[in-house]
Amino acid sequence: MFEVMKFEWAGRSGLIAFRSSQSFVCCLISALTKAGTTKTCQPIKIIMFALVANQKVVRDWPCFGVVLGGSFLPRGGYTVLLFKMQFMLLFSRQGKLRLQKWYVPLSDKEKKKITRELVQTVLARKPKMCSFLEWRDLKIVYKRYASLYFCCAIEDQDNELITLEIIHRYVELLDKYFGSVCELDIIFNFEKAYFILDEFLLGGEAQETSKKNVLKAIEQADLLQEEAETPRSVLEEIGLT
Amino acid sequence: MTVTLCLFVLHQPMIRAIRSARTQCEERGVIQRECAAIRAQFRQADNGGRSHNLAKLLYVHMLGYPAHFGQMECVRMIASPRYSEKRVGYLGAMMLLDEKQDASLLITNSIKNDLSNSNQYIQSLALCTLACMGSAEMCRDLAPEIDRLLRASNSYIKKKAALCAVHIVRKVHDLGELFTKAARSLLTEKNHGVVHGAVVLITELCERNSETLERFRKTVPDLVQIMKGLVISGYSPDHDVAGISDPFLQVRILRLLRILGRNNEGASDAMNDLLAQVATNTDSTKTVGNAVLYETVLTVLDIKSESGLRVLAVNILGRFLLNNDRNIRYIAMTSLQKIVGTDHNAVQRHRGTIVDCLKDQDASVKRRALDLSLALVSASNIRSMMKELLSFLSSCPPELRSQTASGIFNAAERYAPSQRWHIDTILHVLTTAGGDVRDETVPNLIQLITNTSELHCYTVHKLYRALLSDISQQPLVQVACWCIGEYGDLLLRGECQETEPVQVTEDDVLDVLETVLQSHMSFPSTRGFALTATMKLSTRITENVDRIRSIVSIYGSCIDVELQQRAVEYNALFKKYDHMSLLFKRLMHSPWLNTDLKLMQPSTLSVFSVVATVTVYEKDGVTVTLSCEKQSDSGLTVTLTASNSTESDIRGFTLQAAVPKSVQLHMKAPSGDSLPARGAAKVTQMVVLNNPNKVA
Repeated sequence: MFEVMKFEWAGRSGLIAFRSSQSFVCCLISALTKAGTTKTCQPIKIIMFALVANQKVVRDWPCFGVVLGGSFLPRGGYTVLLFKMQFMLLFSRQGKLRLQKWYVPLSDKEKKKITRELVQTVLARKPKMCSFLEWRDLKIVYKRYASLYFCCAIEDQDNELITLEIIHRYVELLDKYFGSVCELDIIFNFEKAYFILDEFLLGGEAQETSKKNVLKAIEQADLLQEEAETPRSVLEEIGLT
Repeated sequence: MTVTLCLFVLHQPMIRAIRSARTQCEERGVIQRECAAIRAQFRQADNGGRSHNLAKLLYVHMLGYPAHFGQMECVRMIASPRYSEKRVGYLGAMMLLDEKQDASLLITNSIKNDLSNSNQYIQSLALCTLACMGSAEMCRDLAPEIDRLLRASNSYIKKKAALCAVHIVRKVHDLGELFTKAARSLLTEKNHGVVHGAVVLITELCERNSETLERFRKTVPDLVQIMKGLVISGYSPDHDVAGISDPFLQVRILRLLRILGRNNEGASDAMNDLLAQVATNTDSTKTVGNAVLYETVLTVLDIKSESGLRVLAVNILGRFLLNNDRNIRYIAMTSLQKIVGTDHNAVQRHRGTIVDCLKDQDASVKRRALDLSLALVSASNIRSMMKELLSFLSSCPPELRSQTASGIFNAAERYAPSQRWHIDTILHVLTTAGGDVRDETVPNLIQLITNTSELHCYTVHKLYRALLSDISQQPLVQVACWCIGEYGDLLLRGECQETEPVQVTEDDVLDVLETVLQSHMSFPSTRGFALTATMKLSTRITENVDRIRSIVSIYGSCIDVELQQRAVEYNALFKKYDHMSLLFKRLMHSPWLNTDLKLMQPSTLSVFSVVATVTVYEKDGVTVTLSCEKQSDSGLTVTLTASNSTESDIRGFTLQAAVPKSVQLHMKAPSGDSLPARGAAKVTQMVVLNNPNKVA
């Protein structure tokens, strides 16, 4: 009925039991224990893979209810949609990273590997090519502005065209803030680039759709920062008084 | 807007120093010095300069250098009352701490406190960080706080709290219950940011729980209203993008409608008009308009929409296909691929444009066009489509060749208008992309040729000509050798109805086969084919049998074991049987040919299975005949019958048999050991052969 095998993922191990039918593969993943421990696993999560046309989606669906080893009755049986920005990278034509924002938990090693591979892949693309490419099981949306590549990784069902708009909106915000922004601005004021991004996107989703409001908020936050720092003068800080 | 002067500029000299390093080694030196200084600073008590030290470290981290010693500093900074320090502290936490680090739990308390801070910008920092890297435990801890903020705070905080709730639900699904009520009420707010956050949250809740989905179906009319407001309303400067009012919100609402309308007639009906309106009125001259149209199309195709609306959606995709922007063409094809099964005829209408996209410069576009083109092949367009596909095959990027070849074979098999066309098509593919076809192509083609008896002459001519021009494409060479071996006599006859015949001599044909045998390009399996073909020709030709014998005996000492074995067996056959013609009789359709790839290479054993009764020995009045009966996939029963036509009895008659090593032989007791005179009676003996390895 169910095939069972052990697997390791992100430093933890678990059991996976799966069964497939014509339209879906159903997987039960047991509690993930830290690798090395020998806790008996109870099935507490279900991850359903729905194979419909060319789509492969992953979703946790605890309400399905399951009988391990027995028969399994799915509910509905429709595709589950995934929309999420997993990460955004900014890098130069030479492959130097200028900004990295990760919305999924990955180890430093994994992040480095992904960055390296993706940067290579995108830099190898010719100028007239599509802004979209499939990479691993993600969709990559990228656009080049002067010497910087803005690159987003989105999940299967996301709308690539609106992601391009999101990238464009971010560039506009940077441009308005720095006044005709260039790569050097982002290098020397990288923390500002992050602050602006964090005022525009939250958890990978757009939080404010008005350009004006984002810029206003940044302005206010900067003022607050200035106030927090004014008790000591700059000269004092660097020990000149 | 001028950049406010703040302590942050103090990290810029370091950045300058790093950038001016001329080599990697020099850079490392600078970094090491800086990190040592930073470490020293961290160890000191509060000196007010902490924020720019951490900023320096974050820059170093972005360059790829280790920065874990800054983790605790982040925790300390977050706990500081100073906004400037909190800001960098939280930034550091998002960069250096993820849920896998134990230190991340230490900031939970700070976040909790900051969530209730009177200053909204401090609250904002906490919300942002939680939504970015909050672990499941942190989410569980702080969920009630977030719920509180969803209900009672200003718009600035509410919109952030909504997205924070989204993250929490993604991490801990059960907590979705907690936010359902608040999410519902947020939909009524005026602030775009809040509504956007609410829509995203509701989408997430509905995706996670089907009961919640049922409940939120009631909001369809409200969502329709909001959308209408955006689409019809006048110019709204704050949210306008190239004439579209808040496209980000429009897209998210459309997405939510999709989820609510799926599998539900009522909900789909309620949104039908709106979708038609958006589809018709949205300006498609800029990307942003197309983004909204794209989302609309995806929604229409996913819900239970009216047929008119569906046609409208497919037509939009058709228009996208003609767009100058390659991106738009690409996503159009992605969407069409999803519906080519269900709305086949609608997609067929755009076949011409799709086929044109095969010639696009971009490999991703080409791939999409290939997938779609293959899906659109049908009995009515097979000839024209195949022309395009074959032309594509000769110029497509190498990574697509295998897929194209398989696609062509499948299409040809299903819709071939004639057998000649089918064979021609396969040969064309083998000539163009022989190296990229799958293994079973060769036996499949051999099967096809065998079954098309009326085209044997045509086929052997075509293959012979192909061999003359190129012997590098292995599958083609293999089939050609087999064909020549089988139908070489038709070649030598010098006449053909279907095509221009060749005027060749037996030597010419043998030359070609020998060239294949000797070429360094030929695989061992190909050589096997060539050798067997040469052998078979010994029955079809009359003058050059000696040449064949000499070729075969050369390979008797070949390094390749398979080839050597084959040659040795053939040599033995030469010696034993003068009536080679009987053994190499034309292979008729045999079930053996289908069961195993190896058996496809005509072997002595399979030959025996076809022939009914063969006279294998006729000398001095003694005749021995042999007949076979296949018992199983690997078993064969051979019946040897001996008779004596001389005047006197023959006594002490025994038969012996020899077989290759892996074949098992079991000789049953003969019926007798004397052959009475004048064929009065026969002696029969059964030999059971088992060929488990199915050797040739």
